[in-house]
Amino acid sequence: MRQIAIYGKGGIGKSTTTQNLVAALAEAGRKCMIIGCDPKADSTRLILNRKMQNTVMDMAREKGTVEDLDLDEVLLTGFKGIRCAESGGPEPGVGCAGRGVITAINFLEENGAYGDDTEFVFYDVLGDVVCGGFAMPIREGKAKEIYIVTSGEMMAMYAANNISRGVLKYAQSGGVRLGGLICNSRQTDMEYDLISELASKLGTQMIHFVPRDNEVQRAELRRKTVIEYAPDHPQADQYRELARKIADNKNFVIPTPITMDELEKLLMDYGIMEKEEEAAA
Amino acid sequence: MIKIRDHNELFKQPDYQEQFERKKEFEKPWPKEKVREVSDWTKTKEYRDLNFKRENIKINPAKACQPLGAVFCASGFDGCMPFVQGAQGCVAYFRSHLSRHFKEPFAAISTSMTEDAAVFGGLNNMLEGLENTYALYKPKMIAVSTTCMAEVIGDDLNSYIKTSREKGVIPEDLPVPFAHTPSFVGSHIVGYDNMLKGILKTLSEGRSGEPNRKVNIIPGFDTYTGNYLEIKRLMALMGVEYTLLADVSETFDSPNTGEYKLYPGGTPLPEAMDAVNALGTIALQKYSTVKTMDYIKKEWNQQALTLSPIGIRNTDTFFEELSKLTGKPVPAAIEAERGRAVDAMVDSHPYVHGKRFALVGDPDQLLGMISLIMEMGGNPVHIVCTNGDKHFEAEATELLASSPFGVEGKVYINKDMWHMRSLLFTEPVDLLVGNSYAKFLVRDTGTPLLRIGFPLFDRHHLHRYPIIGYQGTLNLVTMIVNTVLDEMDRNTIDTTSFDVIR
Repeated sequence: MRQIAIYGKGGIGKSTTTQNLVAALAEAGRKCMIIGCDPKADSTRLILNRKMQNTVMDMAREKGTVEDLDLDEVLLTGFKGIRCAESGGPEPGVGCAGRGVITAINFLEENGAYGDDTEFVFYDVLGDVVCGGFAMPIREGKAKEIYIVTSGEMMAMYAANNISRGVLKYAQSGGVRLGGLICNSRQTDMEYDLISELASKLGTQMIHFVPRDNEVQRAELRRKTVIEYAPDHPQADQYRELARKIADNKNFVIPTPITMDELEKLLMDYGIMEKEEEAAA
Repeated sequence: MIKIRDHNELFKQPDYQEQFERKKEFEKPWPKEKVREVSDWTKTKEYRDLNFKRENIKINPAKACQPLGAVFCASGFDGCMPFVQGAQGCVAYFRSHLSRHFKEPFAAISTSMTEDAAVFGGLNNMLEGLENTYALYKPKMIAVSTTCMAEVIGDDLNSYIKTSREKGVIPEDLPVPFAHTPSFVGSHIVGYDNMLKGILKTLSEGRSGEPNRKVNIIPGFDTYTGNYLEIKRLMALMGVEYTLLADVSETFDSPNTGEYKLYPGGTPLPEAMDAVNALGTIALQKYSTVKTMDYIKKEWNQQALTLSPIGIRNTDTFFEELSKLTGKPVPAAIEAERGRAVDAMVDSHPYVHGKRFALVGDPDQLLGMISLIMEMGGNPVHIVCTNGDKHFEAEATELLASSPFGVEGKVYINKDMWHMRSLLFTEPVDLLVGNSYAKFLVRDTGTPLLRIGFPLFDRHHLHRYPIIGYQGTLNLVTMIVNTVLDEMDRNTIDTTSFDVIR
């Protein structure tokens, strides 16, 4: 069983990318599971064709304690047998979402949510590795592979570098490794080259460049992945390609994060900053 | 010369009594009649129904928290220092709670996490804590558990301990088992289970080898040091070689030699390491060893039995199964003990038969007591278990249904002693079984209390007398019947029935 965690800046398209690539894996006959580690609980919507109603923390809130939960209340099956669970969490601005993730993953583990035949478990983790709770999926015995979703936008790259620092911490004491960057294109200047270069600076690879396509948006509006909504569309093939690359990936590294200055220099080297300055002038 | 009075007498003196009266001018309390009226209302069925609908508060729950169970367990291994990643106050509580029960000193380390640790993570606290502990107290093992604070911020013990080794603050070969023990989940019995599993996992790693023909005995969260001595005595009588996991008897009951020992005893680590090669493992409690026994079954591939020897029938089963496992017959000496215990029960049973009991405590002790009480012809009526789960509820209900004496019995899980108070007022019983905190129910309801369980702060030495095996059964029978007889004397003191013979 391979356990994989997907990180990346908020809004970069982690959930969309994860669900599309898992749908592609499932379509190819692989047994997959997605665990959403985000209080917004939108990591499984496209697989279940509706928003998950029973997150672990919602049910815990209702019943007063996690101990009273039954596994089948929070573990649902969606497209092509993909099993889905969401940690859920508090309303924005209150409580501790990180602890929610810890509680949810402990619950799923203790109650045998990871079936014997599961080949891939994907953790879709909120934003950055902001606190101990959001590092839960990459603790010893859990996800050993990490992919970071990014784009050519500076802050997305900044976040990718920051996440690499978190990964580095866990890689030194455990078996966690970075499997690559997934570029979810925003059609910024020289995006392909820029992310390839960032990947090599981090000691890893850009495992796939997912082009921007409105078909993704159209599928999302119908609460579906592109794989399910438009299996013949070229964008579906992009996700199939990503899925194949991840399934075959052998390139796992301890990342080598760079400094903010180096990151800025990278953007400069690719002429992006100058162009911006010229445009401003 | 000034006469010093203790508080029992001091506040009864006229000057204090006058002061209390004068204070009322400022305190403006409710009139006495109103207080009595409300107090009487809390004794009604109407109040009981409201009380059982209560959702957001626990009042006098019969449980302690996970790390207390974890440090208790850790202290049962020779040279092991219980080490808690968390705030100081928590560890002070575990230590004082255990000391008040056993009247013994208890050592445990806190990593003294403060606000900055909450923000930056507790790695530095762990590093410095381990370094100091190793340098100052020279332990053979450090067993790490956690408090709420470390759990909420998500401290990763596994990676912290690895980092500590890499940085050289503790030697590579020092065993440092760990368990995540958030206080806001489960109770002391779960913490015990988590810690024991962590310790056995660490110690047994790579030790699988020649079978040693021994039996592992896991007492569970058992605070009766007398039980540990009793097990040792019985195993010797049976001629069975055994390893107690974890043996806290000397930690909490060591001879007074005038010299303080930081590590007074416990299961020797080489024996604990060899436990993986035993014939089988017997747990004397079920609900404080769930994960540990599951681990032993799966990872050690051993016969793993749960046999709680409280009362005659349970003790019979214990010896039958032990005999089957080891191939050793039960010796005549133990059969004679059984005979004496049964004889004692026959002698006392007229006074216990038909008596109604209310019980509050940990799941395993409750099951044992229900069984014993029914063997004596007593009727368990209210069974309150704050830290019991659905499995316990089902098991206890089934046990009650197995005897005509259990028909009135009802099991209440996740309920506390304030619920019990309502039960005692609306459906009175003859005897209450519980820990020292149940004395407030004695004050309110007048029900006599049989002190069994943990903690027992307000009576001495009870933990030194076993409550398991036939000898333990005899002790329990003695306590039960004499509590009934004390009560009978109290109720007949002004009558012709104040008999010298009972």
